[in-house]
Formats: sequence, structure tokens, C-alpha cells
Amino acid sequence: MAFYLKGVKLPHRKNTANSPAVELPPVRQVTIPTSMHIGAPAKIVVKKGDQVFVGSLIAEAGAGLSSPVYSSVSGTVNSVAELLLSNGSTCEAVVIDSDGQMTLDSEIVPPQVNSKEDLIDALSKSGIVGLGGAGFPTAVKFKTDKQIEELVINGAECEPYITSDTVTMLTKADLMKDAIETLVKYFGIKKVIIGIEKNKPEAIANMQKMSSETSNVEIKVLPSVYPQGGEKVLVYHTTGKIIPEGALPIEVGCVVCNCTTIAEIGKYLKTGIPLVSKVVTVDGDAIANPKNVIVPIGTLIKDVIEFCGIKSEIAKVLYGGPMMGISVTDLDKPVIKNTNALLAFTKAEAKVPKTTACIRCGACTNHCPFGISPVAILKSYKANDYEGMKKAGALLCMECGCCSFVCPAKIPNVQNNKLAKLSLRNEPKKEVK
Amino acid sequence: MDKLHISVSPHIRSKISTSSIMLDVAISLLPAAIAGCIIFGLSALAVILACIASAVLAEFVFNVITKRTQTIFDLSAIVTGILLALNLPANTPLWQCVVGSVFAIIIVKCIFGGIGCNLVNPAMTARVFMIIAFANLSTPAYPLDAVSSATPLAELANGESVNILDLFLGNIGGAIGETSALALLIGGIYLLCRRVITWHIPVSIIASVFVFSFLLDGFSFTNALAWILSGGLFLGAFFMATDYVTSPATSKGKIIYGIGIAVITVLIRFYGNYPEGVSFAILMLNILNPYIEKASKRKLFGGKKYD
Repeated sequence: MAFYLKGVKLPHRKNTANSPAVELPPVRQVTIPTSMHIGAPAKIVVKKGDQVFVGSLIAEAGAGLSSPVYSSVSGTVNSVAELLLSNGSTCEAVVIDSDGQMTLDSEIVPPQVNSKEDLIDALSKSGIVGLGGAGFPTAVKFKTDKQIEELVINGAECEPYITSDTVTMLTKADLMKDAIETLVKYFGIKKVIIGIEKNKPEAIANMQKMSSETSNVEIKVLPSVYPQGGEKVLVYHTTGKIIPEGALPIEVGCVVCNCTTIAEIGKYLKTGIPLVSKVVTVDGDAIANPKNVIVPIGTLIKDVIEFCGIKSEIAKVLYGGPMMGISVTDLDKPVIKNTNALLAFTKAEAKVPKTTACIRCGACTNHCPFGISPVAILKSYKANDYEGMKKAGALLCMECGCCSFVCPAKIPNVQNNKLAKLSLRNEPKKEVK
Repeated sequence: MDKLHISVSPHIRSKISTSSIMLDVAISLLPAAIAGCIIFGLSALAVILACIASAVLAEFVFNVITKRTQTIFDLSAIVTGILLALNLPANTPLWQCVVGSVFAIIIVKCIFGGIGCNLVNPAMTARVFMIIAFANLSTPAYPLDAVSSATPLAELANGESVNILDLFLGNIGGAIGETSALALLIGGIYLLCRRVITWHIPVSIIASVFVFSFLLDGFSFTNALAWILSGGLFLGAFFMATDYVTSPATSKGKIIYGIGIAVITVLIRFYGNYPEGVSFAILMLNILNPYIEKASKRKLFGGKKYD
């Protein structure tokens, strides 16, 4: 590879890197949404009053791109409610009253995997989606006629604060190894590369130990430059391949999975327990005791952060890291499949700086991994120039936030790029003359 | 609990802001300003203060009259004031300083839409305007203890030899801030260390002027050195040409821009009527900047072709 893509150096703030995950004490109620992944929402198969256990199917995969949803607690279905998601849309959610026993569903058995089809079927049934944040159903990534040359495992964890992937790499190396070996065996994957930022020496050492016990696994130590874990950035830095605009990694023969996704696959193959809980990093300057917590999916944010202690008044709460995380409207929102962190900030940290005029310093373009100019996108957006927006790279943008981070005029470049993308989605069809 | 704050990612921002950048530029100009005051005395200080005060006041009044957001706190007017003063001889009448500053702020910057919207560098353009408008400015001021003689550039153009050490320290005739290459270099290195500017523009300008002068002035190493140390080349290369608004954003563009400035500077110095070419060269490249930006855009990583 000729060079590393650009990005920004961020404060790491990995306060929880050395804290092993602790179980959240049983909560009374969970709210499990049917839309925790990219694609169609799952269809609810339970009704009020039904008894469920940990791992019981509560919603089956919808048509097309989708993923099933399982109960994360044992107890009774309280109701089916409509839930406002953080992206502004709504979906159905199953509210379950927990009996506090966390009894495992007795029908759970490890899947029988003897062929590629079996494995894809198992992945579909596991309810596993991309746990790095995107929530793309994992089974769909592997359901391809193309030869998978490389499986790139994302252990970069480039966002500040978050250490849940670090915990995975430190404590679930055996599950990762099992999953990798099964995936390699049935999909004929030629090479497995785990990319890890160099600010996690213990995780790197543990992964190197794991790779020495199996074949075809390479550990790639990468500079701690955000957004190292961006899919296209990671694929380029680990394989040298460039994923074209608008294409999935499989176009260049790669499948990218987060390391926690891989560990979950290992767990499902071994035990048959679907994706029902997540390790969540709870941190931020409003949290008294930042730590990694094992949280049943559907647990409300307030239950999780109260467990870690609230130090001072909370002004802003994020799903995920500070660079790409989504701010939530209230603390009654649940932890979902792709929640890897909950960050609570005080007023001082939550303050949004005032925007001033662009001084054309070029920092946005110069720090963009892809060389996009947000200034050019905004200019075209304001003029409703659809071609201009596309040429400037609006659809290439992964919304990593480097451009907004570095801007001395504090211009919300990512927000502008998102608006441009939205307007391109609604682009009027050209009249045929 | 109050309502939670909702905003679009990213939720953290770098500490660098427009005003912190401008403060860095102002700090970086201090060595040159102090050197100017030592070399030329109190009249230099008067010129500097007059330029700063009138620049800030002009922007303040303009924003009040036009009912725009008050922008004087971004400190850019202070930088424009200092830069203009450093480009003027110490014996400039103060009323001319005021006219120049008001021209720089109102005509060159505010009317075009304020900071970030100006097409050319305000201080540079005001200097060129003043050279043309006020005939007295073409005779430069001299150090307090020196006998009046031609500026080093005029001497060089006449084929005379000059004292390199005097040039480096600034013990020569010229504008307040352009004489001491040492002070300018200290400020320039400060800007590089603070990452306010990159090396591309200053290095490409200074290196190209050195090479061209070497070729055109009898392959003399000493003369080429004298050409780069004199006539405000360092002031222009480090502080004026690197103005974000009027220079290209990419490394490639910066190098093209720097070489362009060097070519015009050398052409004016060797073949033009003015002894000093840096101001005109920067002004000219400011105007060409949009085309250089267009030609030197970064290639999109994996971008699709849209035609």
C-alpha cells in the first residue's frame, strides 16, 4: 500500500480499556424494537401475556433484508408498543416484564452446521447484525456467489471512549477463533485479517496469540488515526483494495465484520444462544463510574446509566461514540443490537460551538479520508445542483465527521453532507425530451 | 431532568477556531513588529498602532451600519492591520495608514461579504493601492543610525553588492516589517510549528526565487541569497501568500501557487519598472487562485465518474 488515508488524531479517552465487562443486575422491564438493523423490520410473533424466555423468538425476519429478534429476558409480554427511533422513524417494539430469573429457553440447541447453506441459515437465525454500528444483517454479507478472498475483521475501534471491542478481543478470543475457523471452512475464505489500532497493545497481543494457534489469520496493527475503522478505510489499509463508490466490500472480494460480531457468531455456533445481550461502554463526564456493562438488548438507557452512577446533571446522551454517535431524545430508549456505547455528557461537554464564516482553510478536504470537499457539496446543495453534489463526492461521504471536527469556523459539514444526500435521494427525474 | 440536547454528530470538535488561528498569526508577526520598532524607532510603533486601530474600527462600524453580525472578535482585522503596517515604511503619514486600513477592510473584504469571501488579500491589496496612490511611499524609511542610500533591492538591481548579514538582521532600508529576515523566519517557524500553515507555499516561493535569481544574476550564490533575503519576500511568503482565503487548499495547489508567485516576483524584479515584485505577484496569483484550486483538487478515493 502506498500511503495511509487521511483522518484526524482524536483524544482517545479509553477510560474503560482495563475494565472487564460486568453483568447488569436484572431489570424489571425491557423494550425490544423490531428494527435494530438495516432493512425491513422483523414481524412480531408474540402477543400480550405470552410467556417468553431468554432466546425465545419474539419477531421473525421480515421480507428481504431483515433479521429476527429474540427475547433478552425471561418473563411475560406486557404489550406491543410503538417506539420512536433515534432516526426519527417509528417501529413496533415488544415490552417484556422480566421475572428476574433470566431463564434460558429450553428449546435452544447449538445449530447443526455441515454445509455452506447450513451456516448461512444459522447466521440468519442467530439474529446477528453488524455490531460495529451499521447493523447490516451478517448472514446477507456471506450470502454471495462471489469468492470471498479476504475476511477483514474490524478491531480498530477508532472512536474515543468506546472499549467494548477491546473487551471482546481480550476475553472472547476463543469464540472468535471458533467462528473464524468455521467461516473459513465453509465459505472457502482465503485470508483473514484483523485490523487493530496500535493504542490497544493488550488486545493486539491477545489476537496475535489467537492467530498463532490457527492458520490464515493475520493481525494488522494500524495507526491510531480516526476513522481507521471506517469500512473502506479498513479494507484499504488491510488489503490495499479500493471499494468503489456505492459498492459493497464483496465487489472487491472482501467481507468486513466487527470483531464483536465474529465473537457473537462463535457464541451462537457453540451454544445456539442468539444475539440477546451486548457489552456496552458507559462513559462520559456525567458518569460517576465509567465501565463496560453486559446489557440485555432492550434495557432502557436510564437503567444502564443509573447502574454506573450519575455524577452530574446530564445534558446529552449518545448511542455510540462522539464522532458518529446519535444523540437520544430521552433516557427511555432501549439499548439495541448495535449499541456499543452509551455516553452521557454534562452541559459543558454538550455545548455546540457557534458557526462562523468559512475561511477557506481547506482543513475539511485535507482531513477527509476520501478527499471530499464539503464546501463544494454545500455550494451545489444550495444551488440545487444535483450533478454538482455527486461530482463533489456527496454520495461517497461516510459521515465520519472529520470535516466537522477540524473546521475552525465550526461549520456542521457532516450535517450539510447528509442534507445533500437526502436531496439526492429525492432527486427529481430528468424529463425526457 | 431538563430536556436532553439533540445535535448531529460529531459531538466533539477540535479546539482550533478562526480566532485562535488569527491569534497565532498575530503572535507570529510580533518578532517582525518588534524588530521594526527597534530598527526604525517609535514612528514604526505609531504606524502599527494606527493601522490596527483603524482596521478594527472600520470593520466594527461597517458591521454596525450594515446590521451584520459583529465579526471583530475573530481577530482577523487585527491581523490585517499588523500586516499592512509591516508593509509600510515607518515614515508613512498616519492619515495614509488610516486610508489604507479602511481600504483593506471595507473595499477589499467587507463589501465582498466579509471574512472568507474576499477575492484578494486585503493587506496586500491595500499596500499596492497605497504605492500607487501615495507617491511619497516609494522612498523608503531608513534605520535610525544609517545614511540614506538606495534599498538593497535597488542596489542589487544596479549590480551592486550588499551585506548579507545586514539583510538577515534587517539593518537596512525598507518597510517596517520586511527588513529583518531573521524576525520573519522566527514568526514563520512559529506558524509552521502551530500548524497554522504548511511548508508548501513559503518553501516553494523562497526556493523558486532563489533558483531563478541564481540563474538570472550571474550564477552568484551570494546574490541569490541577497535576493531572497530582501524586499519583503519572507514577509510575503510566510504571512501574505499563506492567507487561507486567497490561496489553494491542497499541497499540490500550494506548490503551483508558490512557484507562480516566484516567477512573477522575479520577472518584475529583473525586468519590470518597480524594484519590488512580491506584492504584485501575490495579488496576481490571488486572482488566479480559483483556477489553481480547480486544477489541483484532490482526487476522490474510489469516487465514481459523473459526466
